[in-house]
Amino acid sequence: MAEDREPPPLSTAGLTEPEDGEDLFVSAASRMEASPASPEDGTSTSSNGPKPEQIFLDEDPDDLFAEATEEVSLDSPERQPILSDGPSPAITPVTPTAIIDPRVDLFDQSQDEDEDEEESRDTFDVQISVSDPEKVGDGMNAYMVYKVTTKTSLSIFSRDEVSVKRRFSDFLGLHSKLASKYLHIGYIVPPAPEKSLVGMTKVKVGKEDLSSVEFVEKRRSALERYLMRTVKHPALLKDPDVLQFLESSELPRAVSTQALSGAGILRMVNKAADAVNKMTIKMNESDAWFEEKQQQFENLDVQLRKLHTSVESLVCHRKELSVNTASFAKSAAMLGNSEDHTALSRALSQLAEVEEKIDQLHQDQVCADFCLFSELLGDYVRLIGAVKGVFDQRMKTWGKWQEAQMMLQRKREAEAKLQYGNKPDKLQQAKDEIKEWEGKVQQGERDFEQISKNIRREVGRFEKDRVKDFKVVIVKYLESLVHTQQQLIKYWEAFLPEAKAIA
Amino acid sequence: MEGSSAEAELSVSASSIRITDLTQDGDILTFAIASQKLNSSVGVCVFRAYEDFDWLQQSLFSQENVPGIQGIIFPPLPPKALPSQSNMQAKTLKQLGFLALGKDWQGYCKALEFYLQQVATHPTLCKCKALDSFLINSESPGKQRGRKGILNRLSQAVEEMRKESHKDVDNFFQNERNKNTNIAALSKVATEKLLDVVMTEQKLALACGHFSTSLHLCVNQDDAAAVAFSKVCLKLSDIIEAVKRNFEKVATNNLTTLGLGLDLESRNQEAEKEMLFRRTCKLIELETVKKSTEKAKANKREVMEAFQKAVEKEFNLISSVGKQEIERFNNSRVNVLKNFLIDWCEQQLNAAKEYAELYSQHLEACRNMYSE
Repeated sequence: MAEDREPPPLSTAGLTEPEDGEDLFVSAASRMEASPASPEDGTSTSSNGPKPEQIFLDEDPDDLFAEATEEVSLDSPERQPILSDGPSPAITPVTPTAIIDPRVDLFDQSQDEDEDEEESRDTFDVQISVSDPEKVGDGMNAYMVYKVTTKTSLSIFSRDEVSVKRRFSDFLGLHSKLASKYLHIGYIVPPAPEKSLVGMTKVKVGKEDLSSVEFVEKRRSALERYLMRTVKHPALLKDPDVLQFLESSELPRAVSTQALSGAGILRMVNKAADAVNKMTIKMNESDAWFEEKQQQFENLDVQLRKLHTSVESLVCHRKELSVNTASFAKSAAMLGNSEDHTALSRALSQLAEVEEKIDQLHQDQVCADFCLFSELLGDYVRLIGAVKGVFDQRMKTWGKWQEAQMMLQRKREAEAKLQYGNKPDKLQQAKDEIKEWEGKVQQGERDFEQISKNIRREVGRFEKDRVKDFKVVIVKYLESLVHTQQQLIKYWEAFLPEAKAIA
Repeated sequence: MEGSSAEAELSVSASSIRITDLTQDGDILTFAIASQKLNSSVGVCVFRAYEDFDWLQQSLFSQENVPGIQGIIFPPLPPKALPSQSNMQAKTLKQLGFLALGKDWQGYCKALEFYLQQVATHPTLCKCKALDSFLINSESPGKQRGRKGILNRLSQAVEEMRKESHKDVDNFFQNERNKNTNIAALSKVATEKLLDVVMTEQKLALACGHFSTSLHLCVNQDDAAAVAFSKVCLKLSDIIEAVKRNFEKVATNNLTTLGLGLDLESRNQEAEKEMLFRRTCKLIELETVKKSTEKAKANKREVMEAFQKAVEKEFNLISSVGKQEIERFNNSRVNVLKNFLIDWCEQQLNAAKEYAELYSQHLEACRNMYSE
């Protein structure tokens, strides 16, 4: 029975290299015809010969969701909640039977290599920059508009370089579209930057002070990182919504991203429902990999939050040092002004200048770099949230599958009862229902295996990216450290003769 | 003057005076003071506590047969340290400022050393027997209680503030008083501001330490991905450790050079202020006596005039000694500040060079590692 069967580790299920005669990956058309494989069936699934195009898993969502996009009405005010069970994929790889299991390990390595090759073959050549924040409108209805420029040589884009104007809610809208499409099949959709009521209100009200300038700059940088992360995902890069966001000059307004809109409230309700579900679904985790990974991500979450707090306190002290240095510089300048002795007076004034310059140095570079860390860690804390979400989705999918199995069981029992009665039309109905639920059970199983497979791949990609991101930030940080020290050397070397020239 | 004053020349070389060691026994700090006998390679070492320094200072104040002693700018003695309170407590910090910071009372010892050197190089004060016995006698002099001589003003009574602003009869002194008031206040402020900077630098170093430790906690060897990430975290941890040491170095440099220098300058300005105030008080006394003399009845007039002459003589003596002292003071302070500034600049320059090199090495290593 289905319940007893454990889902095989699915890192490679459904994906093979073209050279392999055994094509586990069948097209939609052929799948419709093939009878659903039953658990006891020892034969392999029907093979339709190698179909190289379809091996590239990443292209599937394109085909799948071309329809899906139209199904989800973008303009309706009551949009579907973000974590809805969206349209299920029309195509899934047929789950291999037990025979496939022994092959799984063989393919493990090669699948990853294959993927990496694919990715590097399409040399990732997209540069997105978010710039020129402009305030539009006045008072509480004002909003910031950002220029999004995409430079690329990839063919899926219509032009080499395109610029569009987008506001913050557009970004949120993009994220919610992507989440509703991909989250439930296990793709880690990068989270959009957070809303900030306080920050935005200051900007709206027109405060031109340092904190609102900082806020806009932080937001601009976060939006840029968000878009870059999104397009780095091979599937999301080709998503029509993403392309539309980056290229089309007009974008339908995403009203449902407002916190207190109808859709917003629906989202909150769904989130709560999910939380309850999480508690009630007791998943029989048969795959140790998932259990370990979940634990790892829990730990990572805690660690990253700690690091984030550490860095924030560093940034705080940095700012304090800057204030104190400036204050000292002023007092030294005053001392220099009051000093009679000419050379000493000049030296003291120079001292004040050096301290001012040092203060500026620190402000410019070191604070920015600490902010680099702070923002990176913040991004990753949110990303881990998305990863956890994906694991939760898998649990939900498993739950659905289990429910379908239970339903099937009931239908079978009902049919068995009817066998002894004499109601041929009801019997037929029961048989039809059984068929229907058998299909759903298979679908559920396929969904579960698909999402598990996707998650494995996504996690692998996430972990690689994480290391890359951190490395990039470290190098940037070191470069600025070196630069600061070299500037300091210049300042001190300039000051030394002044000090020596006293008396 | 030497023969008649019955005061000996200092028997050790002023520039050789050093405070070489410090021991702490509960509340009592004991300083080991080393110096070298003049024209000889024989060294002397004695142990003194703060009360001995205090005795020395009082002895200097209460010397007899030093004409115009009130015109002398006495080298300032740092206030007493109360080591039972930890270094960083607000009270000690407020009381001692920079001298409270630094490892093992380094700054404080340096300040006491300066004090002794200042006394030993003062043309008049170096002749005081008390100094010689302080530096040479194995027996601690602090048990003897000398007479109370001129006291340094410890509090600003309102009346005294009025005296302070009393108009002078001499332009030179009026100018010097104005300058002194200004610079004393400004150097005090500058010292306090620099102290704030150093404290923040130390806080930053501490925070870097926390960050570095947190990064260490991210290390785990669960699988290949975790190992890769752990390597990155460890690298970053090393870098942040370096940043921490950088801040500590910069803070220490600030402390031991410019900080100490500004502190000394600030206290020296206060010492000059004391002297100028004493002279002003004498001036007021003189003017008061003059007025009384004018009003005096004939029979008292002679006595009054004699008294007035005495006061006038004292005042003139104080003024002439004071003038010399001021010139000496201004020259020496410029030199002292110059040396501190040069020291400060050189040390910070070296630190910057050292860390530029270190960061560059890290950068090279990272670029090589990560380019694979």
